[in-house]
Amino acid sequence: MSDTLRKTPLYDLHVELGAKMVPFAGYQMPVQFPLGVMKEHLHTRGAAGLFDVSHMGQVIVRAGKSYDVAALAMEKLVPVDLAGLPEGRQRYGFFTNDQGGILDDLMLANRGDHLFVVVNAACKQADIAHMQTGLSDCTIEEISNRALLALQGPQAEAVLADMVPGARDMRFMDVATFASPYGELWVSRSGYTGEDGFEISVEAAQADAFARALLAHDAVEPIGLGARDSLRLEAGLCLYGHDIDQTTTPIEAALGWAIQKVRRRGGTREGGFPGAAVILDQLENGAERQRVGLRPEGRAPMREGTTLFKTDGAGDPVGRVTSGAFGPTIGAPMSMGYVPAALADPGTRIHGDVRGKRMPVTVANLPFTAANFKR
Amino acid sequence: MKFTEEHEWLRNDGDDVIVVGITEHASEQLGDVVFVELPEIGTQVTKGDEIVVIESVKAASDILAPIDGEIVEVNEALIDDPAKVNSDPLGDAWFFKIKSADPSQMDDYMDEDAYQSFIG
Repeated sequence: MSDTLRKTPLYDLHVELGAKMVPFAGYQMPVQFPLGVMKEHLHTRGAAGLFDVSHMGQVIVRAGKSYDVAALAMEKLVPVDLAGLPEGRQRYGFFTNDQGGILDDLMLANRGDHLFVVVNAACKQADIAHMQTGLSDCTIEEISNRALLALQGPQAEAVLADMVPGARDMRFMDVATFASPYGELWVSRSGYTGEDGFEISVEAAQADAFARALLAHDAVEPIGLGARDSLRLEAGLCLYGHDIDQTTTPIEAALGWAIQKVRRRGGTREGGFPGAAVILDQLENGAERQRVGLRPEGRAPMREGTTLFKTDGAGDPVGRVTSGAFGPTIGAPMSMGYVPAALADPGTRIHGDVRGKRMPVTVANLPFTAANFKR
Repeated sequence: MKFTEEHEWLRNDGDDVIVVGITEHASEQLGDVVFVELPEIGTQVTKGDEIVVIESVKAASDILAPIDGEIVEVNEALIDDPAKVNSDPLGDAWFFKIKSADPSQMDDYMDEDAYQSFIG
């Protein structure tokens, strides 16, 4: 790893737009634009926001020209039904370790003759090494000459369809390739905000012009990492390294839905991934703790690291907040964290230690804001 | 008006009652303010005590008591509308008033020109 921070192909554009740049996962990234975190968040929910996510890893996994062979190989590393994933579709998944913990979460797409995956920036090199070791029959190619942008919000479809009309016909988690004035676009209808929207891979050399073309629409504002975090938290989505990590299993993290039947006990391709014994047992019998949504009473956010207690009196901690912020859309603070299974039912009132005071907080359903996907 | 290195402003309203708020520079650095916790009226404070909590979309921060004295008034309006701290930090969004025990402590702080060069 280099000491110098890397720049994405949109760095100059961010600076020109007045972004406040911060180091993030080895890159200089915009944390906010002049609009500010709150308005950027609300703009994304109300119109459309453009995010630079070029720091994330784009990786092509090939086994000759066979998606099926690559998919079956990858099933050794992720507990997801990839062999049954139709061409032009994408699924959410995670790399697991032998203890059932999560090494990273990722998106996996069937792009016809290969598997395309998008991984977290901070885990990129480890993930690639993990795939090279675990998928010895496949070639693992990091795509370093393409930027990745996300266009999110209720106006995203109209904006992108203006350039590539075919985008309108995509459903949530579809992937497609389109020719455009900015070269070939690899598009998925997905995102990290709970809104309808697209994630778009574009040639690095075209990324600046492509982003400017999207920003030329009145509906579109550039959005920084600050609002990206509050948007994903309102949407109940996990942030790797915070809400999930090597010590949390997918079942504890309430991500069991991502493990399809064929990979569960009794399925035709049961198990066969690292930590399967632990994860499949928890899937049937439950885990001792669970990731839950938390709604603090009052307006004070309960941030990451807040210790949770069953009561406002004596007693040992029962859990910990893993993400916490103020939710601009819900107009209230919101958190996620881990609590024992016995305290995980929505409506359960527990307490969090905020600056030495035990503040009441109620276990809540996730997401905090209803998803707005085009299914 | 006087300014502290912690980006507070202090204004003497007469009778040694000092009004305290945060500067525009501080409010910009904080980002959108979403929560304010104020001290109780009647609290005796010592210079350096943490007496206000401000939570923004980014993080929590404190306001320290800039002088010794007694809290005689707090701006309750900030509790319902913390965004005022961003929209009018030098006016409507004052935080509290202290009856100063030692008005000479005000002399320790910067005037506006000195503060402007302090923040560069």
